[in-house]
Amino acid sequence: MQDRLQALKEEALLKIQQASDLKALQDIKVSYLGKKGPITEVLKGMGKLSPEERPVVGAYANEVRDAITSALELKISELEQAVIEEKLKKESIDVTLPGRPVRKGNAHPLTAVIEEIEDLFLTMGFTVAEGPEVETDYYNFEALNLPKDHPARDMQDSFFITEDILLRTQTSPVQARTMEKHHGRGPVKIISPGKVYRRDDDDATHSHQFMQIEGLVVDENVRLSDLKGVLETFAKKMFGEERKIRLRPSFFPFTEPSVEMDISCFKCGGKGCSICKHTGWIEILGAGMVHPNVLEMAGFDSKKYTGFAFGMGPERIAMLKYGIDDIRHFYTNDLRFLKQFKKA
Amino acid sequence: MLVSYNWLKDYVDLDLSAAELADKITKSGIEVEIVESLNKGITGVVVGHVLECVQHPNADKLRVCKVDLGEEEPVQIVCGAPNVAAGQKVPVAKVGAVLPGNFKIKKAKLRGEASNGMICSLTELGVEGKLVPKEYSSGIFVMPSDAEIGSDALAYLNLDDYVLELGLTPNRADCLNMLGVAYEVAAILNEELRLPEVQVEASGEKASDYVSVAVDAKEDNPYYGAMIIKNITIAPSPLWMQNRLIAAGIRPINNVVDITNYVLLEYGQPLHAFDYDRLGSKEILVRRAKDGEEMVTLDNAKRKLGTNHLVITNGKEPVAVAGVMGGATSEVQDDTTTVLLEAAYFEGIRVRAASKDLGLRSEASSRYEKGIDRNRVYDAAYRAASLMAQYAGGEVAQGVVEAGERLVSEGKAEVTQTRINTLLGTEIEGEQISDILKRLRFEFDVQGENYIVTVPTRRPDITIDADLVEEVGRIYGYDRIPTTYLLSEGRPGGLTPYQAARRKVMRYMEGTGLYQAVTYALTTTEKSNAFTFSEEQENVHSIKVSHPMSEERSTLRSTLIPQLLEVLKHNHHRSIDDVGIFEISSVFFAHEQSLSVLPEEKTYLSGALTGLWSIHPWQGEKKKIDFFVVKGILEGLFEELGLHSRITFEIESLPGMHPGRTAVMKLDSIVVGFIGQIHPGTQKEWDLNESYVFELDLDQLLGASVEPTVYQTLPRFPSITRDIAVVVDQNLPAGDLNTVIHEAGGELLKESSLFDLYEGERMEEGKKSLAFSLKYYDPERTLTDEEVTKAHENILRSLEERFGASLRK
Ligand SMILES: [Zn+2]
Repeated sequence: MQDRLQALKEEALLKIQQASDLKALQDIKVSYLGKKGPITEVLKGMGKLSPEERPVVGAYANEVRDAITSALELKISELEQAVIEEKLKKESIDVTLPGRPVRKGNAHPLTAVIEEIEDLFLTMGFTVAEGPEVETDYYNFEALNLPKDHPARDMQDSFFITEDILLRTQTSPVQARTMEKHHGRGPVKIISPGKVYRRDDDDATHSHQFMQIEGLVVDENVRLSDLKGVLETFAKKMFGEERKIRLRPSFFPFTEPSVEMDISCFKCGGKGCSICKHTGWIEILGAGMVHPNVLEMAGFDSKKYTGFAFGMGPERIAMLKYGIDDIRHFYTNDLRFLKQFKKA
Repeated sequence: MLVSYNWLKDYVDLDLSAAELADKITKSGIEVEIVESLNKGITGVVVGHVLECVQHPNADKLRVCKVDLGEEEPVQIVCGAPNVAAGQKVPVAKVGAVLPGNFKIKKAKLRGEASNGMICSLTELGVEGKLVPKEYSSGIFVMPSDAEIGSDALAYLNLDDYVLELGLTPNRADCLNMLGVAYEVAAILNEELRLPEVQVEASGEKASDYVSVAVDAKEDNPYYGAMIIKNITIAPSPLWMQNRLIAAGIRPINNVVDITNYVLLEYGQPLHAFDYDRLGSKEILVRRAKDGEEMVTLDNAKRKLGTNHLVITNGKEPVAVAGVMGGATSEVQDDTTTVLLEAAYFEGIRVRAASKDLGLRSEASSRYEKGIDRNRVYDAAYRAASLMAQYAGGEVAQGVVEAGERLVSEGKAEVTQTRINTLLGTEIEGEQISDILKRLRFEFDVQGENYIVTVPTRRPDITIDADLVEEVGRIYGYDRIPTTYLLSEGRPGGLTPYQAARRKVMRYMEGTGLYQAVTYALTTTEKSNAFTFSEEQENVHSIKVSHPMSEERSTLRSTLIPQLLEVLKHNHHRSIDDVGIFEISSVFFAHEQSLSVLPEEKTYLSGALTGLWSIHPWQGEKKKIDFFVVKGILEGLFEELGLHSRITFEIESLPGMHPGRTAVMKLDSIVVGFIGQIHPGTQKEWDLNESYVFELDLDQLLGASVEPTVYQTLPRFPSITRDIAVVVDQNLPAGDLNTVIHEAGGELLKESSLFDLYEGERMEEGKKSLAFSLKYYDPERTLTDEEVTKAHENILRSLEERFGASLRK
């Protein structure tokens, strides 16, 4: 009887090995292990055996059954694996084909520059102040120490709407308005970005509409040396840690003393190149100590309070930073131009 | 102001190069914009003596000259200038010389005659044509007879000089003359200052015997002085003076005119020389011009004057426009023998009025406009008179005939050492302050730590302590001021909620694939309000600037859309046809015809889109921009702002827009903007492809109060989803159906979403089918089928009652 089981086992294992699909394996399973299969048949004849032989043959029969079952399982998983691999092979793609584009726009380069500057001053404790683009003569000029017949008004030929209302020529009126709101009490620490307008013919370096960012600090004991500190921090963060700054005396009606700030050229490091017109220095902004008249007009005691103000042009900074050669690009909005500032 | 480096040496010793000087001046407060070398690359030009000059045998217009260059043998040079003659001293470019433009002089043969060099005109030596004296404008330059043969001609012609161009700010009109610059440079370099020595030997006659002076307009002309110089011989001025005028950009004319210009440059005091004999009277009367009064000015133009202008008259008629230009009849001419020299102080406003109205700006008028040192009038007049005696053979009559007050008193300004150091952040010693004030040549008293400064009249810009702080600071050196950090306690900075939200909107719009544009606020009147979405907008007035530079930039906009369409057009013309842009900018509304108060300013968020939206060609994906692409962008924005459930879209017909594809957007019940397709007619006018736009009042959106986010518990019980498809009239808005579905669905209905719209052939004429997927849910328990069916049937019934909807089979 054992010989019979042995023969069945070998026969089944051989068939399993030769099977090439899942269907054949299923058939093998049914024919050998099914209720009508030969092993069951063999076991039915167990009654004829002596009580001593029975457990031995029974155990052997189970052994044979297990061997066939596990051989079947192994073969099935092998065949399944092969099917999956075949399927994946068919699914393979060309990974070098272009991906589905995700639409992504970006900020205008002037916005990018303004936000960068804003953020820089926000970390230094400034807030952002804004005001109207159409202004009164008082806030645009008079409150800034530019009375009606002041020759410096010529420096900023303006778009007047009425005798007393004009498009602001600078963002400084925001300073005057903010100081007024403080009712003579410091500290004031603001940065004010925005659009300004001057009667200039549009060309590569002039625009009748442009941006400005100004800063203002008013408090007790504010010194020119503090202005130097703030501007140096700004210059290094904006243009690189190795930048040096230089203050030159200048003139603005609303500051006294007034200065222009140059930074060492970021292109040539100060050796001289076309960007810095071979001077090693690039003019970046105008600044100064707030004129006592401006403080007094806004309600501050100029004996007790001092302050500094500075102003710069985002267009100029963007032009320097990105090497843009024509200011009109900012306002033409050619998509080929705008798209270049994705990582700005 | 053009400053000759060589000329400046008359007043201050300069032991540094022109470039080094320029750097020091710039650092101390006056920007030197350009340092120009007058030598434009010239080498090998010497003084030659024309020994012989004969007609060229083969050419009418050429002469053959023998020229002594101080070498062993004279050289032969062929010269084409009509004014060349034997006996002249002339600048000669030798063989091997280089002239401006890297023009090399070589041995040549001209029509058979050898030519070994070139006799030069001033333009050939790099002098601008308009500065060359008339007599040499079409020929060679003839040098003084005492010029040394063979020596460097450039030195004689001052072409070894450098010119510093100063960019003067309005407060530094004191440096519009050489003496002012000399004061500045002497202070910067801490050097001695040499002022010109003026000596006039007057003749026995009195000027007052020649002329009387009266002023009828004291407020315009506080001081008028006249000197008489007679026995003048008009001739060219000395070469050194001509050279200096040329360096300063003024063309030499003759000795008398050159001297007035020279003194103008030196002292900053405008002077005018009248031909005394052609004045037509023995009196000078200064008055306002009469309305319509006429005169012919030096440039032979007939000028119409008005009461706004100040004129010098001979008692009857104008002989000069004060401070602007003299008259043609009294002009100094070659036969002039007696000169009346005017040295006056005219008010800048009056001079400006005339120079602006007549379109005449001169060296003189611009100085009056910017302010001159009134106390220098005498010095300048005497300086000119002495030069006329020296270089025009004149005799100066005694005295100045004058009217008005010549001198004004000097101002005072005070500053303390503490103020200087606290404003600058420095520790400058008292002694240093005194030293700096001395270098500036300011007189001052020290009382304790207080400096009381007498401000010279040449520096009217100094009036308050801060001005003195600047003077001390800039001479001390701004590079010596330390770098410090604000002492005051810093409060944290930050954006306002509005500013932060505006940035969030920008980031969102960029994230949807739109590029940010920035466009001009000024546009044409027509475009300024071409798009409106509310009655309020229609009832406003245009805001025009009073003297626009062009119609294109004449009016402030109350909509951003026209400029955005311009951007689409610009790109379309460059074959860029898939464009999506947005802009956040101010728009302006005037509620009155003529502004008495500032106009209303609002911030709008607007956009314009055209062409394809999504493109992935190799997978065959191409989606055109349509109304719903734009609507989707805005719906996302409203969600981002927490306003989604409060916004409704209602079809509306608006100017310039497609009547069937345009909607206003309402926040609660207020119209806050619009969205839609540009009307095909408008589209054609603008030369665009199919385009979509939107405009939103951003201030309204960001100003809306929004409920804070409250967490909703996650569903614990299963929800039940049922679909419903109904047939309704084709023109019934889906939004209306949705509203009723929610009303009828009650508490249990949590979501409804449209998933199918059918309007095709299989539908009855004028009908459409809409299918919604409805989700029912109760957070407290599992819903029964019966409950849902009840709610669902209720919805169906309501739709039937309200819209005559029938269930689609
Ligand atoms: Zn450089």
